[in-house]
Amino acid sequence: MSDSEKKEPTNKKDSGKIFLEEVSKSPLTVTFLAIFTGLLLGGILVAVTTESVYQAFNVSFWEGIKAGAGAIWQTYEALFYGSVGNPAKIVSAFRSGNAEEIRRAVNPFFDSLVVSTPYIFAGLAVALGFRVGLFNIGAEGQLFIGAITAVIAAIFLKGLPAIIHVPVSLLAGFLGGGIWGFIPGWLKAVTGGHEVINTIMMNYIAFRLSEFLLRGPLKNPDGFAPVSAPVQESAELFRFFKPPIRFHMGFFIALFVAFLVYLFLFKTTWGFTLRTVGSNPRAAKYAGMSIVQSTVVAMFLSGGLAGLAGSNEVLGVNHNLALAFASGYGFDAIALALLGKSHPAGVVLSAILFGFLRNGAIQMQVLAGIPVDIISILQAFILAFIAAPAIIRTIYRLKEPDMDIEAVTLRGWGGN
Amino acid sequence: MKPILELKGITKSFPGVLANDNINLTLNKGEIHALLGENGAGKSTLMNVLYGLYAPDSGDIYVNGNKIEVTSPRDAIAQGIGMVHQHFMLVPVFTVTENVMLGDETTRAGGFLDRKTPAKRILEISDEFHLEVDPNSYIRDLPVGVQQRVEIIKLLYREADILILDEPTAVLTPQEVDELFTIMRSLVKSGKSIIFITHKLREVLTFSDRITVIRGGKVVGSTTPAEADQNQLAAMMVGREVSLEVDKAPPHIQDTILEVEDLVVLDHMRNIAVNQISFQVRGGEILGIAGVQGNGQTELVQAITGLTHPTAGKLHLMGQDITNASPRKITELGSAHIPEDRQRDGLVLTATIADNLVLNTYYKKPFARSVILQEDKVLKNAEKIIDNFDVRTPSPLIPVGSLSGGNQQKVIVGREFSRPIKFLVASQPTRGLDVGSIEYIHERLLEKRADGVAVLLVSTELEEILKLSDRIAVMFNGEIIAVVDAKVATKERIGLLMAGVSEA
Amino acid sequence: MTTKTETLTKSEIFSPSRRITMGVIFLLASALIWFLFVQTLEPGIQTTFKMIPGGADQVIPDWIFSSLPMLRVLSGITLVAGGYQLARGFRKRTNLVLGLVGGLFIFAFLTWATADGSLNLAGLIRSALVKAVPLTLGALSGVLCERSGVVNIAIEGMMLTGAFVSTLVGSLTNIWIGLLAAVLSGGLLAAVLAVLSIKYKTDQIIAGTIINIFATGITSFLSARFLQVYQNLNDPGRFPTIPIPVLSKIPFIGPILFEHNMFVYAMYIFLIVITVGLNYTRWGLRTRSVGEHPKAADTLGINVFRTRYLSVIMGGFMAGFGGAYFTLGSVGRFDELMTAGRGFIGLAAMIFGNWNPFGSFSAGLLFGFFDALASKVAILKVPIPSEIMLMFPYLATMVILAGVVGRSQMPAADGQPYEKE
Repeated sequence: MSDSEKKEPTNKKDSGKIFLEEVSKSPLTVTFLAIFTGLLLGGILVAVTTESVYQAFNVSFWEGIKAGAGAIWQTYEALFYGSVGNPAKIVSAFRSGNAEEIRRAVNPFFDSLVVSTPYIFAGLAVALGFRVGLFNIGAEGQLFIGAITAVIAAIFLKGLPAIIHVPVSLLAGFLGGGIWGFIPGWLKAVTGGHEVINTIMMNYIAFRLSEFLLRGPLKNPDGFAPVSAPVQESAELFRFFKPPIRFHMGFFIALFVAFLVYLFLFKTTWGFTLRTVGSNPRAAKYAGMSIVQSTVVAMFLSGGLAGLAGSNEVLGVNHNLALAFASGYGFDAIALALLGKSHPAGVVLSAILFGFLRNGAIQMQVLAGIPVDIISILQAFILAFIAAPAIIRTIYRLKEPDMDIEAVTLRGWGGN
Repeated sequence: MKPILELKGITKSFPGVLANDNINLTLNKGEIHALLGENGAGKSTLMNVLYGLYAPDSGDIYVNGNKIEVTSPRDAIAQGIGMVHQHFMLVPVFTVTENVMLGDETTRAGGFLDRKTPAKRILEISDEFHLEVDPNSYIRDLPVGVQQRVEIIKLLYREADILILDEPTAVLTPQEVDELFTIMRSLVKSGKSIIFITHKLREVLTFSDRITVIRGGKVVGSTTPAEADQNQLAAMMVGREVSLEVDKAPPHIQDTILEVEDLVVLDHMRNIAVNQISFQVRGGEILGIAGVQGNGQTELVQAITGLTHPTAGKLHLMGQDITNASPRKITELGSAHIPEDRQRDGLVLTATIADNLVLNTYYKKPFARSVILQEDKVLKNAEKIIDNFDVRTPSPLIPVGSLSGGNQQKVIVGREFSRPIKFLVASQPTRGLDVGSIEYIHERLLEKRADGVAVLLVSTELEEILKLSDRIAVMFNGEIIAVVDAKVATKERIGLLMAGVSEA
Repeated sequence: MTTKTETLTKSEIFSPSRRITMGVIFLLASALIWFLFVQTLEPGIQTTFKMIPGGADQVIPDWIFSSLPMLRVLSGITLVAGGYQLARGFRKRTNLVLGLVGGLFIFAFLTWATADGSLNLAGLIRSALVKAVPLTLGALSGVLCERSGVVNIAIEGMMLTGAFVSTLVGSLTNIWIGLLAAVLSGGLLAAVLAVLSIKYKTDQIIAGTIINIFATGITSFLSARFLQVYQNLNDPGRFPTIPIPVLSKIPFIGPILFEHNMFVYAMYIFLIVITVGLNYTRWGLRTRSVGEHPKAADTLGINVFRTRYLSVIMGGFMAGFGGAYFTLGSVGRFDELMTAGRGFIGLAAMIFGNWNPFGSFSAGLLFGFFDALASKVAILKVPIPSEIMLMFPYLATMVILAGVVGRSQMPAADGQPYEKE
């Protein structure tokens, strides 16, 4: 094994070099550079698909480059304004002292946090699955079902004070998502049916189910649109500020849940069991752990977390259930979990990053006309760089780390 | 005799390890040359270099006096070099013909396979050397000894003149070993030259014409069976005097701990692997299960340790019925298990040494209070065991996958032996270990025996069984065909039993 | 020499529990037919099945029969099957009988649902075939990749990309060049998958997911940016329906099998070519060896990496081709996310079909049938909401997967990156 004996840094230059070497090897550096490079490529993509850039090239090469750079700059500017806010506007709003103006100016930042919240839940869901060696692509469907059960509890349970109604509705959402995760988990554990296919099937079943419910039993009787009735006020998640700021309790609940997941995974015997099953099921079995039980429990919890994501949206943001109210969160969550190396802390940070990116992308669409799908493209780039760190290392000439420990192991189809 | 093959100055290193250090080797035409060394000495690496699977850092290869470049197996095959690997390179779902012709297929127009011509040729080769192989059978249906012969046919089909056999006898009974060497003699008579890699001293002395000993990546000497004996060879292999005998105190037998009654166990293909076996293991004795790999030992151990449920029969541990018990329950009753495949079944390679050391006890006091893990206690426990069992590691918190094979096995032994146990199953406990580690494991096993633990030792290494056991049960085809007292067991007798020749 | 080549003794233990479960299932089918269908119908009602798909110019009389007696007969047949299964069991043929019982049950359902009405049975079957095409093409793509040992869950993304590229390029040029571009785009994405999984040894499922995310993003992005702004870029045209001269005149099956566009015929050809190729050619033997035991192939001089690269890229071509079907072979324009999970269902079909082309096709037909049934049943006055009916293909996939996996034989080295130590 590596016996690197480091001599005492004899002068500042040596210690500087060693520091750079350590930074070079660190996986954090790779992560950071992956994000940076991804954003860069995304910007270039936007420039390449902007007409005005081509027109500028027709005038002259230099004009074209300027236009291209301008397009890229505009993109990031829109991204920044959309996700964090326009600094100029913020300053002038505070100066004016007008409460509403201030709220509007700082809204982008808070809205980014609002958008991050379901990402946290969904990312935790997928990460938990990864830890047990399961690929839960069903977060999307579990999210929907959780939203449905939460909304049912929120609309139809009458006469409860908020302090009870909110936890009960959230619990309903957790259970709904949990059952939706339990089914493919059970199928995998008992029949060996691969969870990738089954969870994807469950997604589509969930979509059809929500369509059915929203066109029928759950539809708001006061209208024709496939939307549910609004949830009762007692079930709404508390908002800290007045409109247009939508920042609500859900964010802190998500952080708390992330902390719980951390404790669960790393400080309890259950977590030890799950992690062992995920790393080496055969050794786990010999050590007395039940693979079936772990699989089923993990998928239930994972589904429940995704269900909380859905509950969060209906109880905290929309206050009702609509068709396709949260599309794409499930797939994004996969990216999050991978980026966060399946660790709750990493997931939270990645979720916040993605929340900011997504919120900013929506603004990019409004301000600069750039389709919001750029987010998926960015994600794909960032993920590719994270999954194959050698690429980043080659581009930026970083050093190989001393030891590569795989946090996540997935095993083809048959899985043994 | 002219050298048909010369390796000059072969050096090959991997990160952190110099596997071959300036090695010279000469193979004469028509000779059987043994490459002897303990596990990890560098023998397989050298042969992989010769076969083109590895590129050497430096050194040259000469065939018939001409320098050749071998950058891939294709080159080696073209030069008439063929290799039979220790783990067979056969595709189970293909037929013999398909496996033999793979890479060198006979085709008709358009790339369509011609299966008839190769099959005919295979039959010819099979008849010429009495290999008795049916070209149309599927590999997965063939017994191991026959599969090995298919591997040999692969080489002869490509008209290899230089044959390399890597640990060919690991999976054979003593009688099958004799048959193999008869085949080797006839091959050599027809002009082939053979190198075989082994760590088994007796074979080397009985069957080879010349011997080269490798230790730590270097050649330490070359000799012939006429000039050397077992002790000399062992000393060359290991670098010091090795006691090949062991001091075994007479057994101090106590009560029956494990009772196996009419046990029937199926394998994963739903075939009968264990066919109505009965035996007992008593406290203070070592019962050795001898037998060639694949006669049901693996499934027997799986049933006894709770990984599989038997289809019929009963198992009792200290009087309690464990026939369908879970592994956890069996462990809690006071049973320990050193698994056959330590990396797959015994350890979680990505987890820390400390975590691995509590793999079957983490949920109990003192390592957990209700469901909360007590990490400080886990760490203390790890430090204690590392100390007691001499595990070479810089810290208890590095992944166990970074340890050497011997140290990994010590982690498992340390874990299993640190509990109060009454029963121990040791399955191939010294496979792939260096001599020092082997000695260590043997000593600890005898220690447990002296403590009154009932030890079930399952091993394909007959020497190990003879050395350690008080009684020897021989498994063949899923049955125990004899139980022999160690005092009257001889290699020949056990060997015949292992081949299914019962003594009735 | 004492040992000869002999087969090891196998004990034929067909688990009694499986036999009983199957028997119960058959009996359940019989009971359902009896109680759900027979008991709810009046005697004297007739079922009419039209035997020509719409638009064909054959003349076959409608098949009209009395609903109740037919249902009684079907119930009886399945009852007998159930009894026999419980008593003795069909052993090796159990799966076949299961398929038959399932088929009879569906036929009973159709008879019942169409009671006192009429249903275009030929049209239904033809529709099933049409819906099976993208699934089968997706499954074939999977087969090509996975037989060499590389798991490819990016078929969905590759198909989506193929659909988009075929539309864009087809609008600018013509359908054939559009098709070619689609095929190449699939290959390009597959090359990325191959590099990530083979060279960088990224987990293959993660690499596939990345490709899917990318494909979803880029097609929607470019579609919003260009196709929606310039409508003429979203108008590539479609391949025409071409009846095959003699074969399309065969009664009943003629119009069902042989009156389609090029994609269907291409699918037939691919099924045969890939099956023959995998089992009877040198390419097939080497590819399969790399998927089963790459080390063995390596020691015999076969380039494992190159074989895998080639297989994955070919799989990408196939997926791109399949993607073009959605546009050039079907609706004639691109809509965002139009593949709607068909790539994943194709994967399920591949697993269900035991990694065989024709097996995958059967599975594809099954799913396609349920899909077609879902839309038809919405027309019939069956009291099941259409959204629920639309769930059926997905439910069916899950049920079948549960029953089949474990008994399937996937390539032994599937999903494991090859390490040249």
